[in-house]
Amino acid sequence: MALLEVKNLTISFGGLRAVDDFNLSIKKGQLYGLIGPNGAGKTTVFNLLTGVYKPDEGIVRLEDKDITGLKTIEINKAGIARTFQNIRLFKDLTVLDNVKVGLHNHHPYSTLEGIFRLPRYYRVEREMNERAAELLKVFDLEGEADYLAANLPYGKQRKLEIARALATEPKLLLLDEPAAGMNPNETGELMDTIRFVREEFNMTILLIEHDMKLVSGICEELTVLNFGRILTHGKTNDVLNDPQVITAYLGE
Amino acid sequence: MNKMNSKLKLNKTTKNNLITYLLVIAAYLIVQILLAGGHMSSLMEGLLVPLCIYVMLAVSLNLTVGILGELSLGHAGFMCVGAFSGAFFSKCMQGAMPDGIRFLLALIIGAVAAGIFGVLIGIPVLRLKGDYLAIVTLAFGEIIKNLVNVLYIGRDRNGFHFSMKDSISLHLEEEGEVIINGAQGITGTPHDASFTVGIILILISLAIILNLIHSRDGRAIMSIRDNRIAAESVGIHITKYKLMAFSISAAIAGVAGVLYAHNLSTLTALPKNFGYNMSIMILVYVVLGGIGNIRGSIISAVVLTLLPELLRGLSDYRMLIYAIVLIAMMLLNWSPKAILWKERIKEKYFSGLKSKKEVK
Repeated sequence: MALLEVKNLTISFGGLRAVDDFNLSIKKGQLYGLIGPNGAGKTTVFNLLTGVYKPDEGIVRLEDKDITGLKTIEINKAGIARTFQNIRLFKDLTVLDNVKVGLHNHHPYSTLEGIFRLPRYYRVEREMNERAAELLKVFDLEGEADYLAANLPYGKQRKLEIARALATEPKLLLLDEPAAGMNPNETGELMDTIRFVREEFNMTILLIEHDMKLVSGICEELTVLNFGRILTHGKTNDVLNDPQVITAYLGE
Repeated sequence: MNKMNSKLKLNKTTKNNLITYLLVIAAYLIVQILLAGGHMSSLMEGLLVPLCIYVMLAVSLNLTVGILGELSLGHAGFMCVGAFSGAFFSKCMQGAMPDGIRFLLALIIGAVAAGIFGVLIGIPVLRLKGDYLAIVTLAFGEIIKNLVNVLYIGRDRNGFHFSMKDSISLHLEEEGEVIINGAQGITGTPHDASFTVGIILILISLAIILNLIHSRDGRAIMSIRDNRIAAESVGIHITKYKLMAFSISAAIAGVAGVLYAHNLSTLTALPKNFGYNMSIMILVYVVLGGIGNIRGSIISAVVLTLLPELLRGLSDYRMLIYAIVLIAMMLLNWSPKAILWKERIKEKYFSGLKSKKEVK
């Protein structure tokens, strides 16, 4: 059974069909890549999956539950979390607090319990601190827990974004160009982290990426988008050797 | 190691909050000593309650401007709602119950009324952003003030009478009394406000705001400020938390309004006290004290309220100097060069103390 099932997803902006008849099926535990030239509509697909845009047509199912057209927060609660191409951290909050915002919905106490500092406040906050520390440790950020997010170096900001997304306990993690702006060393490290996240959290991951080393290194299956339409999809090696893909994207 | 870190941080914020509370209590004690020694002019004595009111207004507006990150220019409007609802209640219930309980209830009613207005105004207004939001809140503030100016409510044995025209059209019976008399406002509100009450209310407001900020809800509010799209993507309910911050801020302004009403014998809604001048003045306190810095708001509200009085001796030059001090303080606090200079001074003289401190 597929974890994520997307059928005939379509959206137009004015006269432009940004995404046209997009189909996708991801099995649980898979590491799936979405590639394509700039402007192909990859991020638009992410925005459709996470409820930023509502599709004109098509169906999105997560574990057989129809989540088409739900609001962003409902989709997050249903189990999809994401990172952003241009990093979007809570820059004036500490690294720890960034993760704790991700934990928000899973560790509740009421506003009054917070204001009057009732016992539940202390208990839940302690839980949150522990859970956040665990997550930070996975991403090697525990030493920077008290830094403001804005003061982190670039590579670590990317990691923090993933940590924050994982804090919402998703079933599916969407990574939008996680290696953008990273040097080869950092990219290598990131690949290890992504693999580790999949093993450790038993996570299903869909990622957009331009870095072919990363894509061929960790993705099991790929879908290639071009001008909003699917060019091809299949096993990573087959797709990357497809002459169509080479002309459209990789260059001869 | 990790646990230690998070514990350390918790302690740091707790310590910071404690300093703020102690600052307020210390100010209270100093004033009490001055009063007991007879070292305070009657003019200064008259300023004590307004000082508390301004502090509460500045602190509450900082919740909207600094923590939620939305520029509101209608804060005096919420104060106005609180003032009139609280004074109305006190007028009606005077003598019907002990003064202390009546005043307490008036404070609660003022807070609730202003909070409800906060929600009502917040629902349409918080859909806007930045400058647009500022201008619309400004308009709402003015609307509230002007509505109160044409509001007539009277009471006789048949109950309450209500009009938007004049006091004649209330058709009161002989012995009936007009409670809110349009532009003349409410006269004869009992004088319940005192400096002690003011300080207690400041401490309560501070506790509410500081505890809110350092809780799950506070983090959610600040995450919306820093990045709305990301906040939504991790499941933060934007509207809910925006409204929460906005209405709590309004409710505390309402309490300040009740205090204001019970400090004067006549309560009228003038441009001077509930107009946009007032809203902007509160915003000046917030900006000067540091956006998002609660303790800073307290200090700047106190300094800027006292300054014109302390400069009274300079008569005509008073407001000029006030303006110059304002500009100088702004520059000293916020220009990058001045910040660097302050850092250097700190490093030079407090390097031993500072060694542990990280980049903010």
